[in-house]
Amino acid sequence: MSDDTPRKSPIATRRQVLAGISALPFMGMLGGKVNAADYPTAEVNTTGLAVTDDKVTVGILHSVTGTMAISETGSVQAEKLAIKQINDMGGVLGRQIDFIQEDGASDWPTFAEKAKKLLVQDKVASVMGCWTSASRKAVLPVFEQYNGMLYYPTFYEGLEESPNVIYTGQEATQQIIAGIDWVAQNKGAKSFYLLGSDYIWPRTSNKIARKHIDKLGLEVVGEEYYPLGHTQFNSVINKIKLRKPDVIYAIVVGGSNVAFYKQLKAAGIDMTKEKPLLLTISVTEDEILGIGGENIVGAYACMKYFQSLPNDNNAEFVKAFKEMWGDEIVIGDVTQAAYLGPWLWKMAVEKAGSFDIDKVREASPGIEFTKAPEGYVRIHENHHLWSKTRVGHALDDGQYEVVFETEDLVEPDPFPEGYQ
Amino acid sequence: MIGDYTLVEFSSILAMQGFAGLILFSVFVLMALGLAIIFGQMGVINMAHGEFMILGAYVTWLCSHFVTAYVPALFPIYFFIAMALAFLASGALGMLVEWAMIRHLYKRPLDTLLATWGLSLILQQLYRSVFGAREVGVSLPDWMMGSIALTDIIEVPINGIFVMVLTMLISLGVFILMFRSAWGRRVRAVVQNRAMAGAVGINTKKVDRVTFGLGCGVAGVAGSAFTMIGSTGPTAGQLYIVDTFLVVVFGGAASLIGTIASAFTISQAQSTMEFFMSGSMAKVLTLLTVVGILMLRPEGLFTLKMRR
Repeated sequence: MSDDTPRKSPIATRRQVLAGISALPFMGMLGGKVNAADYPTAEVNTTGLAVTDDKVTVGILHSVTGTMAISETGSVQAEKLAIKQINDMGGVLGRQIDFIQEDGASDWPTFAEKAKKLLVQDKVASVMGCWTSASRKAVLPVFEQYNGMLYYPTFYEGLEESPNVIYTGQEATQQIIAGIDWVAQNKGAKSFYLLGSDYIWPRTSNKIARKHIDKLGLEVVGEEYYPLGHTQFNSVINKIKLRKPDVIYAIVVGGSNVAFYKQLKAAGIDMTKEKPLLLTISVTEDEILGIGGENIVGAYACMKYFQSLPNDNNAEFVKAFKEMWGDEIVIGDVTQAAYLGPWLWKMAVEKAGSFDIDKVREASPGIEFTKAPEGYVRIHENHHLWSKTRVGHALDDGQYEVVFETEDLVEPDPFPEGYQ
Repeated sequence: MIGDYTLVEFSSILAMQGFAGLILFSVFVLMALGLAIIFGQMGVINMAHGEFMILGAYVTWLCSHFVTAYVPALFPIYFFIAMALAFLASGALGMLVEWAMIRHLYKRPLDTLLATWGLSLILQQLYRSVFGAREVGVSLPDWMMGSIALTDIIEVPINGIFVMVLTMLISLGVFILMFRSAWGRRVRAVVQNRAMAGAVGINTKKVDRVTFGLGCGVAGVAGSAFTMIGSTGPTAGQLYIVDTFLVVVFGGAASLIGTIASAFTISQAQSTMEFFMSGSMAKVLTLLTVVGILMLRPEGLFTLKMRR
């Protein structure tokens, strides 16, 4: 479990405390110092959640074992960092956050079982968790039945809007449309080759992409799906060479990713020449660790957050993250989205003046987080976030350089027309 | 399809497609060879085969780190050292597993399936605990990446050639060992009749252990080579296991020639079909064909005639 243990030295701890203290003045912005005594437990907790006079318990539900541990590790780390920072600032309604961590073990029924345990047995006030759509779909009935609140961090295909979930990642249209507009306008792209792993997210995303490409009057010259875990991409690379698209639009995930980019490079497609240009929505800095920066340099990625994002919030966030989890660590889009979860929950609770799920839900829309590493986010009525979309250019050291960001926040639209 | 393309383009693509098939063939042979030795010769269903491969991959990763840190001059050729170490590490682990677990199960071949599956889960979690849950990137010397451009369109990936040559050498080595050496004769004797082989003075226990170790060692080399084309993570071994079993079972479990013939058939079929339809459909059709043929020939393509 080397990944899960924070590298704590006395110095780092002291530094963290100092960081906490230095954040104190800024609490004024968030509603001033709150005393638990001002909010008697009987009033802020009328539904029997795990809230005492000085403590509130939340759940963390991710896979730390099994296939998905690869991706979910970063989310767990981000959530723990956010909880720690909130505690250093005085907690929520004067109560320190305590967390119970459960392991979904990359198995969807296990996720549902653990979700039920957290809600029914532990009575947690909210849950930060899930990564794949499959795990979210598995826990959804549990959250709706027992009225829990889930903060879900991953960018996903949309087509969902539950009163019991706050989606802190982007839904598909937010992530896709701006990216395609950008390559069409700035790179003169006319033809696209859509490629993805064979399951719901890449398929829905490509459907949205194709529709938008058609709308712009451009051309899709190929669309292909490969089974999850596929490791041989030579045939499709030959097809791409034959069709000569301007853009390869790749939504390959998991272990396949590594194989795809290594083979693309080995087949003589130099992405820095941008002929064809490669645009992906599935490769964050986390994935590049496995792919190797030198194998993907020159590619473009379209998402809402990159570790290199130049703003003060992000500089602080990256610094705090590295202090807690080590210098070697990289931070991808979903990790940042997971970091938003505890903060958005804290603000909703404080706005509602209550831990009750129904009141938190009512208070959530309209909540703004001005200290978000990605800049600024706001919760939409549909429980997704208003956020900006950005395009990053992959460098050979495994980081992205941000080359474009939308001027305005992009409105979340989980049910785009024609997909219901 | 030919309509939109010039003849040159089309023939180039045909050539590259043929080459892609050959690379896939080499990959299949390399990953199946270790399993064919263990499954075919010993009757042990080794579900942990993929994890032995990944051990090789991790050894390669460790090697690349060690070499970059301490002897950067060796970096261009470190891969050969890494493969040798991968063979030793996986082979040693294989012999340990044989001693601790497999040898108690020779009379119950189906139980080996369950036991080695458990072993694969244990190894996966072990890798996760030791190396972390995230995938690791193995950096390769420059000369191994990239491609040789034969014409404007035809480009041959260097790592593909590397895998092909490696596969040929290893297959050759295994063949000499199995069919031209005294040790190979003993292995085959034990396979055909364990009791009789023991009676004529062959140390069957030792033969079993070394055979299992050899199979795992070859898996380690395969894993090491696959760092060039695939990912290295705790569960990456699972990506290979289905194809590996497919190749071995389709070829006829007891026949090494069968394994090679079956790897050739499946790889060519798959890469040709992938070109004309989508990847998922190609996979479905390949599997259907294999199931169909196995229904007609349950023993696989090649069978050894032997007395049971």
